Amino acid sequence: MRTLYQLYSLKSSFTQTRALNYCGRTNMLSVHLFVHPSKPTAGVGLDTSCHMVRGSQSTQREEGDLRTSLCEATPILHGYFRSSCSWRVRIAFALKGVEYDQLPVNLIKDGGQQLTEEYKALNPMQQVPAVEIDGTTLSQSLAVIQYIDETRPGPRLLPADPKARAQVRMISDLIASGIQPLQNLYVIQKIGAEKMQWSQHFIDRGFQALEPILKQTAGKYCVGDEISMADICLVPQVYNAERFKVDVGKYPTIKRLNEALLEIEAFQVSHPSRQPDTPDDLRA
Amino acid sequence: VQAGSPILHGYFRSSCSWRVRIAFALKGVEYDQLPVNLIKDGGQQLTEEYKALNPMQQVPAVEIDGTTLSQSLAVIQYIDETRPGPRLLPADPKARAQVRMISDLIASGIQPLQNLYVIQKIGAEKMQWSQHFIDRGFQALEPILKQTAGKYCVGDEISMADICLVPQVYNAERFKVDVGKYPTIKRLNEALLEIEAFQVSHPSRQPDTPDDLRA
Repeated sequence: MRTLYQLYSLKSSFTQTRALNYCGRTNMLSVHLFVHPSKPTAGVGLDTSCHMVRGSQSTQREEGDLRTSLCEATPILHGYFRSSCSWRVRIAFALKGVEYDQLPVNLIKDGGQQLTEEYKALNPMQQVPAVEIDGTTLSQSLAVIQYIDETRPGPRLLPADPKARAQVRMISDLIASGIQPLQNLYVIQKIGAEKMQWSQHFIDRGFQALEPILKQTAGKYCVGDEISMADICLVPQVYNAERFKVDVGKYPTIKRLNEALLEIEAFQVSHPSRQPDTPDDLRA
Repeated sequence: VQAGSPILHGYFRSSCSWRVRIAFALKGVEYDQLPVNLIKDGGQQLTEEYKALNPMQQVPAVEIDGTTLSQSLAVIQYIDETRPGPRLLPADPKARAQVRMISDLIASGIQPLQNLYVIQKIGAEKMQWSQHFIDRGFQALEPILKQTAGKYCVGDEISMADICLVPQVYNAERFKVDVGKYPTIKRLNEALLEIEAFQVSHPSRQPDTPDDLRA
């Protein structure tokens, strides 16, 4: 067991110390989180023989609760800058203040890197995103997002009230089952030449349903006045709609919500134009 | 709030409606059904009346506790969170994530691609189209289930993943997919079909099941 190092974080408004422990099992550093109610911080660099591990922010919790017996390496997102499902996960991490690494999977290059045997081992569905987190690998963005919500502190991504929570899931699923899969890469590849009209048809159909639903449920955001998984799904779907030249102006509630959400840092820092694998000509 | 029984607007053979019927049965919740015939009269889901219940113009929609919900997995989790009885999602967060991952693989990655309103657009090639996407999904699901399954899809307790699996296998059979190629899926489906909640909710036993398909 290595000596414990203490790393003070500059990032958060809550003071944290992170004790870093060499975890022989995984050959990576594990991060045990402590919260101390005081003090500031000087950035302390890590011994370079360690993996650099960025731990997660936390709200005030009891020290004992935070200390985990898991080896918590930094989560790794396998995604693509322009994949709306990957963007959803990036937003969730950003809202929760969870740092993560990215290993981009280029969906076009080399016939599509998601089709390699190596990637298939991570996600047999051969799609992005896949997320390595807490010693396991998860796919399906909404499963990942709810796992993050249930295991990380920070703002809730689903409301406490069961009915409101159901509305968040209903809106999220309308998008994630009712719209996006129909304009997903592997489907429109099969459609071929008519993919533009095909995609527009299903996005319009979905937005025609979503608009009256959101009129009922929305306050400042999709469901009431708190950001939720529904908002996380909405923004990337509007981005897709615009790529397929759907006139989002026909859907005033969707338009308004999208504009409000794009003002929020988590939606900006995660934007396709700002990712490690964003091509230069699309970079913000 | 004292509400009447929940009302399920569904169709006997809709896999998404069947999921909700299974969930109600597992929880022992009584409910009423108002069938929506997806074929008759050009499709009753396309009426203005039904559109008011579910603007997506699809089944199921569920009236429950003074509200109307659509999207079967949102409904199922709402039922799980508000009714007593066996959990439909495990307590452990990782296992719960696996249940959702499997459920979403089916509910987003397979079923929407062979849904009625999509195959209507595909037209004549709908059989091959549907087989393609069901096979593709099952090819992914089989190795995942090999990792996660015990007696059921995730460990040894019935969950939302099982609720999604059985109706999808039924669909696969309708589209003449050889489920024998997927031994874990096959085994789980057979085990689950022995369970009363999966039988009482079966398409062959619903109020709107046509006589020639009735069990």
